[in-house]
Amino acid sequence: MTTIPAADAGGPLRPQPASWRRYFSFSTDHKVIGVQYLVTAFLFFLIGGLFAMIVRAELLTPQLDIVDRSLYNGLFTIHGTIMIFLWIFPANVGLANYLVPLMIGARETAFPVLNALAFWLIPVIGILLLLSFFLPSGTAQAGWWSYPPVSIQNPSGHLINGEFVWLLAMVISGISSIMGAVNLVTTIVQMRAPGMTFFRMPIYVWTTLSAQLLQLFCLPALTGAAIMLLFDLSLGTDFFTPSKQGDPIIYQHLFWFYSHPAVYVMALPAFGVFSEVLPAFARKPLFGYKNVAISSMLICVISTTVWVHHMFASATPNWMRIVFMATSMLVAVPTGIKVFAWVATIWRGKLHFQTPMLFALGGVSMFLFAGITGVMLAAVPFDIHVNNTYFVVGHFHYVVFNTITMAIYAGIYYWFPKITGRMYSEGWGKLHFWLTLIGANLNFFPMHALGLQGMVRRIASYDPQYTGLNVVASVGAFLLGMSTLPFIANMVSSWLQGRKAPDNPWNATGLEWTTSSPPPSENFAEIPIVTSEPYGYGEQNRLVIDPLST
Amino acid sequence: MQIFNALLLTIWVGITIFTSHILGQQAYDWLPTAAAAEAELVGHLFSFLVTLGTIVFLGVGGMIAYSILFYRTAASDRSDAPPIRGNSTLEIVWTVIPILLVIWIASYSYDIYQRMDTLGSLPLAHLHLLESPAYAEMGSQDSQPSDTQPSEQIEVLAKQWAWSFHYPSQNITSTELHLPVNQSVHLVLQSEDVLHGFFVPNFRIKQDIIPNQAIAFQFTPNRVGQYPLYDSQFSGTYFALMQATVYVDTPKQYAQWLAQAATQPPVPAVNSANSEHAQPPSLPVRSHWHTVSPAPPPLVNQ
Ligand SMILES: [Cu+2]
Repeated sequence: MTTIPAADAGGPLRPQPASWRRYFSFSTDHKVIGVQYLVTAFLFFLIGGLFAMIVRAELLTPQLDIVDRSLYNGLFTIHGTIMIFLWIFPANVGLANYLVPLMIGARETAFPVLNALAFWLIPVIGILLLLSFFLPSGTAQAGWWSYPPVSIQNPSGHLINGEFVWLLAMVISGISSIMGAVNLVTTIVQMRAPGMTFFRMPIYVWTTLSAQLLQLFCLPALTGAAIMLLFDLSLGTDFFTPSKQGDPIIYQHLFWFYSHPAVYVMALPAFGVFSEVLPAFARKPLFGYKNVAISSMLICVISTTVWVHHMFASATPNWMRIVFMATSMLVAVPTGIKVFAWVATIWRGKLHFQTPMLFALGGVSMFLFAGITGVMLAAVPFDIHVNNTYFVVGHFHYVVFNTITMAIYAGIYYWFPKITGRMYSEGWGKLHFWLTLIGANLNFFPMHALGLQGMVRRIASYDPQYTGLNVVASVGAFLLGMSTLPFIANMVSSWLQGRKAPDNPWNATGLEWTTSSPPPSENFAEIPIVTSEPYGYGEQNRLVIDPLST
Repeated sequence: MQIFNALLLTIWVGITIFTSHILGQQAYDWLPTAAAAEAELVGHLFSFLVTLGTIVFLGVGGMIAYSILFYRTAASDRSDAPPIRGNSTLEIVWTVIPILLVIWIASYSYDIYQRMDTLGSLPLAHLHLLESPAYAEMGSQDSQPSDTQPSEQIEVLAKQWAWSFHYPSQNITSTELHLPVNQSVHLVLQSEDVLHGFFVPNFRIKQDIIPNQAIAFQFTPNRVGQYPLYDSQFSGTYFALMQATVYVDTPKQYAQWLAQAATQPPVPAVNSANSEHAQPPSLPVRSHWHTVSPAPPPLVNQ
C-alpha cells in the first residue's frame, strides 16, 4: 500500500476521531469539553470522598488510631481543596459548557480554544495536589483556608514543599477558572439566538451568568493572595508575616473576599438546575420567572459584601461585626425568593417523581435547612460560639453536598439522555437517591450538635464526650461512599447499552430538547428563533421555536 | 376537599407552633452547661433562632411535603398543569416577609451583642508582645461601670502547643486558668507564633489570638466548676492537643490558689504536644513528614 486516502492525511482534513477517542483529545467542541469536565470532576470527587472517609474513620474513636496528625491534617486539607476546586467548580463548569450553547441556541462557545485550555489545567492541578503527598515535606496541612503564619512555617525547609505545590495549584486553578468564566460570560452575552432576549433565557443560563461574573469580579483577590503567600513562603517577603510587621488578617480578608462568593459560584448553578428540573416534573411554568432571574443577580451583588462573617472571631472590631451581620442576613431575601418560587412551582402541579425530580426536591429541602442555619451563623453572638466548630462544618456540607452535589446529580440524570442519547435506569437512580439522602443526613446532621457542644473542627483527636455523634457521622460518610456505586454502575451500563433516548424524553421546554439526542456537531440543523418566555408548560404555544427557513 | 384542607392547615399550624416552642425551649440543653453571664445571653439568642427557624422550616417544608403527597400524578398522565406564571401580590409578600424577619433577627442579635460586650469599648490594641506597662494603660481606657470590681488583667499566652496564664500582680504563671466567680474577668490574649483561638464552650465566647497583637477580652464567669479551654483556630500539627482547664473558683478558693501557687518554684510544665512529639504513638499509617517542633513547655508555678 503506497497510497493514503486523502481523508487520513494530517492537518485540517483529518476526520473527527472515533467517538470515544475525542474525549481524550484537545477538543474545542463545547459538548466534548463539557463531558471531559464532568467525568474528570467526578473522578476527583471519588478521591476527595475517599480522603473524607479516611478522616471519618479516624474520628470513629476519640484517640488517634489510623493516621498520624500530620497525615490527618493533609487529608482534610486536600479533601476540602479537591471537593471545591476539582469537583463542584469543574462539574458546574462542565454542565454549563455542555448546556449553555444549546440553551441559548448557539453552535459553539465564544472562545473554544481558551475553553479547552481551561479544562486541561484541571487534571494538572489534581495531579500536582496528589503528587504532593509524596514530597518529604508532605502535602499542604493548613486547611483549605491556608491561613498564615501556620501555613508558611515550612518545617521541612525544602523549596518544593506541600504548601508550595498547593499555592501553585491555587494559582493555576484561578487562571483556569478565569479563562472558563471569560468564555461562558461572553457566550451568554454575545451568542444568543435571534429572539433569545435576556428575559427569555432559562434560569440555568441566568445562574451561570451570575456565577461566572462573580468569578471574574472576586477570583483575582484569591489568586493575588495566593501569589503573595507564595512569595512569603518561598522568597522571604513578609506581606502576611506578623513577626516582620506583615498582617495575617489582610490575607483572611483577601481569601474570604473571594471564598464567600465562591459558595455562590457553586450554589447558583445548583439553583439553576432546580429551576429547570422542577417545572419539567411538575408540568408547570417556573413561578415568578423574572424575579428568580433578578434574584440571581442580586445574590451576585450582595454576596460580594458579606465576607467578614467568616472572621467574626478574628480580631474584627465591633462596627465591622455589626455591618457584616446585616449584609450577610440580607442574602436571605433573594435566596428566599428562589425557594418560595420553587415551592410555588410544584404547588398544584402534576408531579412525576423520576430520579432528577427526587434529587431536585431533596436538594431544595436540604437547602431550606442550610439556609436557616446560615442565617443563624450570621448572628454575631451565636456565630462566636460556633465559629470554627463542627456546626459550621455541618452547615457548609448541607450547602455543598446536600444542596449542590444533589443538584449536580439531578442535572446529570436530567440531561443524561441528551448527552449520551440513552436512558439511564430509574431503579438504580432511585436507589442512588435514597442512599445519598440518608447517608448525607446521617453524616452532616450530627455535626451541628457536635458544634453546639463545642467540638472544634480540624482536630484529629477529641474529648470522649463527643464519641457517639461522631460514630453516627462516620457511618453516614461510609454510606455516602457506598451510594456512588449504583450511580457509577448506572452511568456506565446505561451509556454503553441503555435504551435509546428520544430527543425530548421529559417532554420539557428549552432549546436543548429541540435538537437530537445526542446533539449533532454544531448543535442545531438550523438556528432556532425564539418567540416567547421559557417554561411554557401547559400553554398552547409550547413550541416556542420557528425553524429559520433559509 | 375544602374542609379537609382547612383541617389539615389547622393541624399543621398547630404542630408548627407546638414544635417550634418545644424546640426553642430545648435549644438551651443542646449547648453545654452555661457558666458565664455571656452564655445565658447566647442561649436566649439561640433559643430565639431555633424557634423562628423551626417555624420557617416546618412552614415551607410543610408546603413541599403537601405537594409531594397530594400532587403526585400517574405516570400515564402526560398532561400539563395549569400554566400559572406568577402572582405579583404573593411575590411581594414573600419578599417583604424575609426582609422583616431579617430585620427582627438582626436587631435582636445586635441587642444581645451589645449586652455581651466581650471586647468592651476597647479598640483592639496593637501592642508589642510582653510590653507589660501597656496593659495598665489599656485597663484605664476600659469603660466598665466602676461598681463591679474588675479583677486583675490575666495574660493568656498561646504558643505551639501550650497555654499559659500569667497573673502579673502575684507574678504567677500556670497551665491552669483560675478565675473568680461572678467577677468581670479581663484577659489579654497573645500568641508567640501562629494564630490560635481562645474558646471555652461553657462560656460561649471565642476570640482568635494574633501574633504581635495584645487583644483585650472580658467576660463574667458565674458558675463554679471546671471547664475545658480549646484552641479554636487551627495552629498546626498538634492543634488538637492544645487544651487547658479553666477553674471558676469561689473568691476564697481563688485567693487560696493564688497564695499557694506563689509558693511553688517555677518548673517546666507537663505538655502533651512535647511528649507526643518525643514519643510518637504507633499507628498503622505514619507519614514521617516534617513537623514543627513544639515550643519548650512554659515555666509554671502550678
Ligand atoms: Cu460565607
